[in-house]
Amino acid sequence: MSDVILELNELHTHFFTDSGEVPAVDGVSFKLHKGEVVGVVGESGCGKSVTSLSVMQLVPNPPGRIVSGEVNFKGENIAVAREKRMKEIRGNEIAMIFQEPMTSLNPVYSIGNQLIEAVRMHKKVSKKEARNKAIEMLEIVGIPRPSEVVDEFPHQLSGGMRQRVMIAMAMSCDPEVLIADEPTTALDVTIQAQILDLMRNLNKEQDTAILLITHDLGVVAEMCDRVVVMYSGQVVEEGTVREILKDPKHPYTKGLIRSLPKLYEKEQKLYSIPGTVPKPSMDHVGCRFAPRCEFAWDRCVEENPDLYELGAERKARCFLYDEKEKVTEGGPQYDEADPRG
Amino acid sequence: MNTKDDKQHSEQLVSNPAKLKQQQVEAEEMEVISPWKDTLKQLRKNRLAIAGFIIIAFFIVVGLVAPFLTPYTFSEQDPVNRLQSPNMDHWLGTDHLGRDIFTRIAHGARISLMVGFFAVTGALLFGTLFGIIAGYYGRWIDMLISRIFDILLAFPSILLAIAVVAILGASLQNALIAIAIINIPIFGRLVRSKVISLREEEFILAAKAQGMKSGRILRHHILPNSLAPIIVQGTLGFGTAILEAAALGFLGLGAQPPTPEWGKMLADSRDFIQLAPWTLIFPGVSIMLVVLGFNLIGDGLRDALDPKMKN
Repeated sequence: MSDVILELNELHTHFFTDSGEVPAVDGVSFKLHKGEVVGVVGESGCGKSVTSLSVMQLVPNPPGRIVSGEVNFKGENIAVAREKRMKEIRGNEIAMIFQEPMTSLNPVYSIGNQLIEAVRMHKKVSKKEARNKAIEMLEIVGIPRPSEVVDEFPHQLSGGMRQRVMIAMAMSCDPEVLIADEPTTALDVTIQAQILDLMRNLNKEQDTAILLITHDLGVVAEMCDRVVVMYSGQVVEEGTVREILKDPKHPYTKGLIRSLPKLYEKEQKLYSIPGTVPKPSMDHVGCRFAPRCEFAWDRCVEENPDLYELGAERKARCFLYDEKEKVTEGGPQYDEADPRG
Repeated sequence: MNTKDDKQHSEQLVSNPAKLKQQQVEAEEMEVISPWKDTLKQLRKNRLAIAGFIIIAFFIVVGLVAPFLTPYTFSEQDPVNRLQSPNMDHWLGTDHLGRDIFTRIAHGARISLMVGFFAVTGALLFGTLFGIIAGYYGRWIDMLISRIFDILLAFPSILLAIAVVAILGASLQNALIAIAIINIPIFGRLVRSKVISLREEEFILAAKAQGMKSGRILRHHILPNSLAPIIVQGTLGFGTAILEAAALGFLGLGAQPPTPEWGKMLADSRDFIQLAPWTLIFPGVSIMLVVLGFNLIGDGLRDALDPKMKN
């Protein structure tokens, strides 16, 4: 494997609300290698977005704060970096695009103005050079008539076009990492495919590592090299895209994949994982997924499993893969009094 | 459009060449309209706003050329010709000291517009500043500024203005300061609420993710996007400020004699309301017209700047 560019190490981001402390990101660790596309998958509210905002130190504070852990970017722990340093990193070395292309552009400035600003924020170039760079970037992201669009305003562009502009803006300073927070969720399917193609090309041509936050396993299958599955603020499984989709280990991932409609099988009703995502809380004991898990036994409600290593960069947070269980019991045990009732 | 673009474009829409052509036609028809040009266009369609502009333009011109309009000066007394009804020599008649009312109203236009301009500018600058600070930084500073606004708004505005003038002394300049102060919380609260809603917008987060500094975000993203309500309130505030100045003048707390301030003219003439009603009617109508003019423009601007009103 090539060198690690971004590494999260036991990252804890908590929100301090009136109703108590909420551990939105609860000890998340994973690695992003140079030129790699890693998908972070999970249901709404599982901490995907907060994880990505934590990397940029953009968690709204108050109420949110990185409590402990490291975000190592090229060997520098940027979780504790000063705001001044972060401003150099943001946009220049780590760029980010968001879910809503309709509202991610400032309505009162022309496209060109905003692109020029993005370029000039980190690079000492003249206005004219920045404008040429802006037109060039628009062309790279596949916007027709770039020299005209550059003078147009956001309301004159469609959602897909705006997301292309956002990508152009994010890529204008040649960042080494691009964090894409649900970049295609708000777009219709044909445009989704175009935007994903575009990101894939940028990844290949410019060797930009991409951290793709999504809840869409289809997007993951199309785009990613490796996948990190999150549940209730924790990483529950990690592996290559093939491993995750073909041979999911964690019961949650299994459930996710089972709940996808299949092309060649006729099913009356689509499978869904029973129950809902628990609200992250400080006094949670046991496995977060235990109440919804079909394999859960008494140990699952009493202690939270570690992230067991199953191979090179292949992990799952489940007692099913604990060596101790296998040796002593010869396999997972099913308990009659499990919390499913 | 060069061939390279064409190729790239057709790659995306390769399955439907007819649609491609149609899209290109649409794109060519679409002209580049900036938000400001669009607002002007909307405003030009609004007849009432145009009427407002004409009224205000009339008073501005009258104020500008006031010294050349009549052979009289605004303080020149002529006891023989006092309380004359409108005639060829004195278009709008004379007051109880024989001063030409038209001359005084023309000079009064200068004063009223000036008072409106400076009071609104002052209130707008400070109100916007405090509003942005309170809205963007939040926490205790928002708490502090908002409570001060609440206290200022709890006073009846004219009472507060009287208090300010009583402390500073009665003069036109102090009346102007008083009017600016009582209008600060109106702008401040407006801007604060706009900033709070803007702060949550994704393009602000996107700007932060680009590494933009707070000051720059405030100046380049927050301020331009809150301009629309500020402009509307500024225009409407112009009318209010002129009205408040007239009220202070009427109470003898604004402009001092012989300054031809409209409110003061009303106060001076109120003893002659039956004998010479024109001494009251013309300054009164002037105040009414100017305030109406600004309100019409303000309403027109509000409609033009509100995207929901567009069709």
